[in-house]
Amino acid sequence: MRLINQVPARGARLLLAALPFALLLAVYMTASTLRLAENADDKLLPSIGQMAQAVQRMAFTEDPRSGDLLWWKDTGASLQRLGLGLGISALAGLTLGVAAGAIPLFAAPLSPLLRLLAMIPPLAILPLLFIVFGLGELAKVMLIVIGVAPCIARDLEGHARQIPQEMLIKAQTLGANTWTLILRVILPQLLPRLLISLQLMLGSAWLFLIAAEAIASTDGLGYRIFLVRRYLAMDVILPYVAWITLLAWLMDFGLRRASTRLFPWFMVGAR
Amino acid sequence: MTAFLAVEHVWQEYADHVVLENLSLQVNEGEFCALVGASGCGKSTFLRLLLGQERASRGRILLDGQPLPSEPDVSRGVVFQKYSVFPHLSVRDNVVLGLELAGSPLTGRRFGAARRAAREQADAMLDAVGLSHAGARYPAALSGGMQQRLAIAQALVMKPRVLLLDEPFGALDPGIRKDMHALLLDLWKQTGLTVFMVTHDLSEGFTLGTRLLVFDKPRHDPQHPNAYGARITYDLALNQGRMAARQALPVSLIQRLESVPLEVIA
Repeated sequence: MRLINQVPARGARLLLAALPFALLLAVYMTASTLRLAENADDKLLPSIGQMAQAVQRMAFTEDPRSGDLLWWKDTGASLQRLGLGLGISALAGLTLGVAAGAIPLFAAPLSPLLRLLAMIPPLAILPLLFIVFGLGELAKVMLIVIGVAPCIARDLEGHARQIPQEMLIKAQTLGANTWTLILRVILPQLLPRLLISLQLMLGSAWLFLIAAEAIASTDGLGYRIFLVRRYLAMDVILPYVAWITLLAWLMDFGLRRASTRLFPWFMVGAR
Repeated sequence: MTAFLAVEHVWQEYADHVVLENLSLQVNEGEFCALVGASGCGKSTFLRLLLGQERASRGRILLDGQPLPSEPDVSRGVVFQKYSVFPHLSVRDNVVLGLELAGSPLTGRRFGAARRAAREQADAMLDAVGLSHAGARYPAALSGGMQQRLAIAQALVMKPRVLLLDEPFGALDPGIRKDMHALLLDLWKQTGLTVFMVTHDLSEGFTLGTRLLVFDKPRHDPQHPNAYGARITYDLALNQGRMAARQALPVSLIQRLESVPLEVIA
């Protein structure tokens, strides 16, 4: 049977999914054991036990200097920035996207502007943001907004344009004015797309967050990683990276679940 | 007495492309006009003019002696071949939508007693088109025929004065198309509204219409195929003896029209 026609059964699929993870883990643990056997003070590849100790120290022991549980403080600070940044981006992106996608008079000035804004590499204007908004929270949130909002706006603009003309005409024959047409026909059809768009932008948002925290911050997951890098504290960095990955995955999962829950019609149409 | 709907010397031109050429027509209230003709003969353009989706380059269209509003509104209902229903609303909400939009310019929603009344009205309409069992489903879960039933219910619940149909049954199987014909005739007789229906199917036009309008280009310049537009070349009353009326059309024309769907498929 040709390779292209061989489909794994459910059990086999789960096994195959777990395989690369198990392999990676095995390779790491072997390498770590070998290095530690040679030099017990090696910091590059800490053992699982050392990492567990670091997590215990960071997450469940108060920091002697500040009295904070650093792990949770960092997580809270980062999630707040990310949440604010993504929330503002979603709102701005939706507003601009609907305006540019549904109303030709607004599209004329907005479309070219959005296309250009989406092209600016956000990290290139990070220094500018620090100068304009200071080194506080605002600059970090703004970096996420500037990086994410134009992309969401362009995506939603495109999808608003794809709503068939027939539907917009039909709504007008049913008595809709411009506002109620947007409210009852265009907006509800774009909301599921907004969730997908956010899902796709999650990776970029994390990137901008960690970059901003690495450069100017006093807490946050990105700040901590870049701080302990000076001491080559891989036992802290690796758990932090795993934790960030888990958080990102949970957000992705949450958005996916939300769209099937909130917009059952969207999934019916997709299948 | 002026006619219910009067089309006076209407031309429709895009740049150097003449689509409709000096169209004049008077239609009484309650007529069922079937618009037939080859592809690209301006039937759908004419329907868009009636709908207000486009404006005529020259001439005017009067509804009850008043110029037709130049954008779509509740006086004219429409059913397209597809994309007529809203995928994000349940079947019932698709029909309720119009009743909500018309009475609420700010939120597009009704509340309390008005909402309940709208629901009851929508349910009665769904009953009339045979969809009362499917009220909670989404359009994507409906067959093509059921979607068109819904689109008709959605348009009729607004009690428009004119109903415009743009090849509404073109994508349906022949058997289902027959059911839809019966349903449409039934609703038309009950409401007495004025219907314009564009169709590719000549026999459909003969079965449903009280009047058959044939769109055709009487003049043709092979060097400039777009130089001349279409006119209504035949305007037949179908009230008595549909088959007799059919014989009024030249055989060559019937052959040309009936070959159209094949050309479209090919």
